[in-house]
Amino acid sequence: MSTLGTNSQPYDAVIIGAGHNGLTCAAYLARAGRKVLVLERRPRVGGAAVSESHYPGFTYSVCSYVVSLLRPWIIRDLDLVKHGLQIVPLECSYTPQPDGPGLCRWPDPDKTRQEIARLSPRDADTYPEFGRTLGRLSRFVKPFIDSPAPDPLSLNPKELWGLLGMGRQFRELGDDLAALQFKLTTMSGVDFLREWFESDQLIAPMSCSGIIGTFLGVKSPGTAYVLLHHYMGEIDGSSRAWGFAVGGTGAISEAIASSARSFGAEVRCEAGVAKVRVAGGKATGVVLENGDEIAAKTVISGCEPRLTFDKFVGAEHLPDEFVTQVGRYKCRGSSGKVNIALDRWVDFEHRPGDGMHVRGDVAIAPSTDYLERAYDEAKYGDFSKRPYINLVFPSLLDRGMAPPGKHVMSCFVQYAPYDIAEGPENWPSKREAFGDAVVDTLAEYMPGLKDAILHRQVLTPWDMEQEFGLTEGNIFHGELGLEQLLFQRPVSGWARYKTPLRNLWLCGSGAHPGGGIMGAPGGIAAQQMLKQGAV
Amino acid sequence: MDDPFENLGAQLVKEAASKTNEVAGDGTYATRLPPGRVVYGTMCNADGHALDDGTVANLGDGRYRVTSSEPWLGWYSKHARGFDVSIEDETDRVAALSLQGPLARTILQPMVEEDLDSVRFFGVRTCTLAGKPGWISRTGYTGDLGYELWMDPDDACHVWDAVLAAGEDYGMQPAGLDAMDVTRIEAGFVLQGVDYVSAKSCITESLKSTPEDAGLGWTVKLDRPGWIGRDALLRERDRGGSTWQLVGLELDWAELEQLYDRYKLPPHLAPAACRIAVPVYDSSGSKQVGQATSSTWSPILKRYLAVAQVHRPYGDLGNTLKIEHTPEFERCQITATVVDKPFYNPPQKTFTPKKAQKKGAAA
Repeated sequence: MSTLGTNSQPYDAVIIGAGHNGLTCAAYLARAGRKVLVLERRPRVGGAAVSESHYPGFTYSVCSYVVSLLRPWIIRDLDLVKHGLQIVPLECSYTPQPDGPGLCRWPDPDKTRQEIARLSPRDADTYPEFGRTLGRLSRFVKPFIDSPAPDPLSLNPKELWGLLGMGRQFRELGDDLAALQFKLTTMSGVDFLREWFESDQLIAPMSCSGIIGTFLGVKSPGTAYVLLHHYMGEIDGSSRAWGFAVGGTGAISEAIASSARSFGAEVRCEAGVAKVRVAGGKATGVVLENGDEIAAKTVISGCEPRLTFDKFVGAEHLPDEFVTQVGRYKCRGSSGKVNIALDRWVDFEHRPGDGMHVRGDVAIAPSTDYLERAYDEAKYGDFSKRPYINLVFPSLLDRGMAPPGKHVMSCFVQYAPYDIAEGPENWPSKREAFGDAVVDTLAEYMPGLKDAILHRQVLTPWDMEQEFGLTEGNIFHGELGLEQLLFQRPVSGWARYKTPLRNLWLCGSGAHPGGGIMGAPGGIAAQQMLKQGAV
Repeated sequence: MDDPFENLGAQLVKEAASKTNEVAGDGTYATRLPPGRVVYGTMCNADGHALDDGTVANLGDGRYRVTSSEPWLGWYSKHARGFDVSIEDETDRVAALSLQGPLARTILQPMVEEDLDSVRFFGVRTCTLAGKPGWISRTGYTGDLGYELWMDPDDACHVWDAVLAAGEDYGMQPAGLDAMDVTRIEAGFVLQGVDYVSAKSCITESLKSTPEDAGLGWTVKLDRPGWIGRDALLRERDRGGSTWQLVGLELDWAELEQLYDRYKLPPHLAPAACRIAVPVYDSSGSKQVGQATSSTWSPILKRYLAVAQVHRPYGDLGNTLKIEHTPEFERCQITATVVDKPFYNPPQKTFTPKKAQKKGAAA
């Protein structure tokens, strides 16, 4: 039984989980000269940002499939391009209709204008204005995702100064924008968008970004705020932050792992952690599933907070109030993932071809009622028979994902509630029925689909929990609802990566600023630990 | 994509009997260039000032193809006197198409009969392009893997169509000079007329650059005799060398964001490269030490890059300088750090599979 690291030097930090945040945290700590070990239960790094082959010649981005807001400062600091990262922008958004051409939003604003004008000339005028306004607003929100969460209760003058600065900035937004910000934080995505637009065909796909990863509908209050996150990507310099990683999302994790290793970090796969070792009220290391113990000055969890505190630490080592709060942390999984290998390109009935319109994302969101009905079924413990689907064809952007002439289709599907009426453990018996509902839905837009399917991988929230440690299958390590963001993530008073257990820190998506392939929780956590001399 | 260089001048230098004479005035020593190889070089005037840069390819049949930014037939002809060489301008007789990017080999291979792995970095060979005769060189104006295709202008449309069809499945897109301007900065390449001015076009002496000033010092070999400008450059070296150097700069993005934030704006850069020169100052921001001649946001590196000419020793690697930036038309400065070029240098740029190399050599 080894209790020490190699060279008999204990590790400065051991990180649980080689997801993209755990790896980012490891890279920053190793870059600062710390001795770091990352432990991963699965055979490869990446966590939910992973590329795997489940059918010969085809590569799936198994769970997470697009790069949302990977922070450019992380790409620069960790030299990720040198380590193989390549991001292709996703420039088009296509929303097909079962009985018409649907709507495509193009990189060219004039073309988008023409498309929207077919539905509503008024909306075509408003669309760029809406983008500009949200762009101005996201300037106010963006600093939040690049720095630790503000602490509204702190008496530390530096902290107050920072909050004051944000308050001032908020005032500078002007009355119009301040009112808008208030609306964004309280309204539903659909209601908010209806104040601007009249075409339901335009509102429906735009409202979807407000529901992803939450157990809410497009007409549920609070969903408007998440729309803003979508616009942040577009102001990051001239870079478009929405993109697809060449090699799939696993390639992002591989690049970060390679960078971490180049700084001296050690990454060990097939080394699942069973427990955080606690002695004298402090975390002192971890116990692996095989019984090995590894000592470390600091233990950092990239895993979801409930998994971390309930399973790895245990309530006996934590304050009761904290345990209660963690228990209230909402992780309701609401989505599934279906990856499909296609024998050939399958046309959308009303916009054939594999041109630009399908080289971004395709949203099955024909109307707001359709989306709300999909939520209705989920509310009562069933998956949506006609779900919201976000489709990407990675093989159109990266030929390496499938053999020539063949294609990979990645389908993010909402709603698939974790808590089905039969109980989550019965998901496996409903898995294929869920997969069939997805294919049936898509076949209404792509008539030749069923004959072209070579292989199908269906992931339910239950599978995501079992395989990837995502509690209740929530893709963001906890819902991105307003009540669980900023200084409330994951638990009020503990939003600065520190935990009530000394020497235990968080660095995953369950910490500020949240989920998606951002790397920000891992990067900011490492910076905070270094700044505070915690590691 | 057609004509990768503005005013591409391609001249065919036909070398007849004698191989003892080197192509006059060209620091690249064409006759020492083995068949099937390409070299990048700088041509100078007698004062050692750079006139232009370009490539010389040994086509293997006694002929050399010279490319440059501007036509230089007159200049070559003048300096060819007394040499056993014939020089023709073939600018209108050769069409050029540049296929660049990590998938260039994958896309191109099915439409050429020859094994592309036989063309190593800076190699050239005759080739059948979609059934038409031509040449392929593994060269280009990007920092990635890439090829340039050379053919009869009458075949150009046919080859263009074939390339476009071959690339369709790979998401290949035609791109022009705007895109190339970004990639060439990422690759750390200078552009004549932008990063330095040809001595031929300079009205004042101070505008002229030696190869060293223009970051092209590595392309002229002072230890090899017999080329125009060498004596002047040797004299300059004896005097202590050029006082200028051309460097790569990375601008501090966080500072740029803060700067724009002061104007209540999100950071904004044009989506294209900028060819307008801006002043570069020392780290205190009070003394001008040079100018940045090209700059661009690199979408792949997520870095804001510039190419600059600065006085020594301000261009030492890692040095911190200030660069002018003008949000809302007001003159401000942001920090720029001297970094190594090329900014982007992926392994596939120069890599050729080993096994295939042998196969190519055997074929």
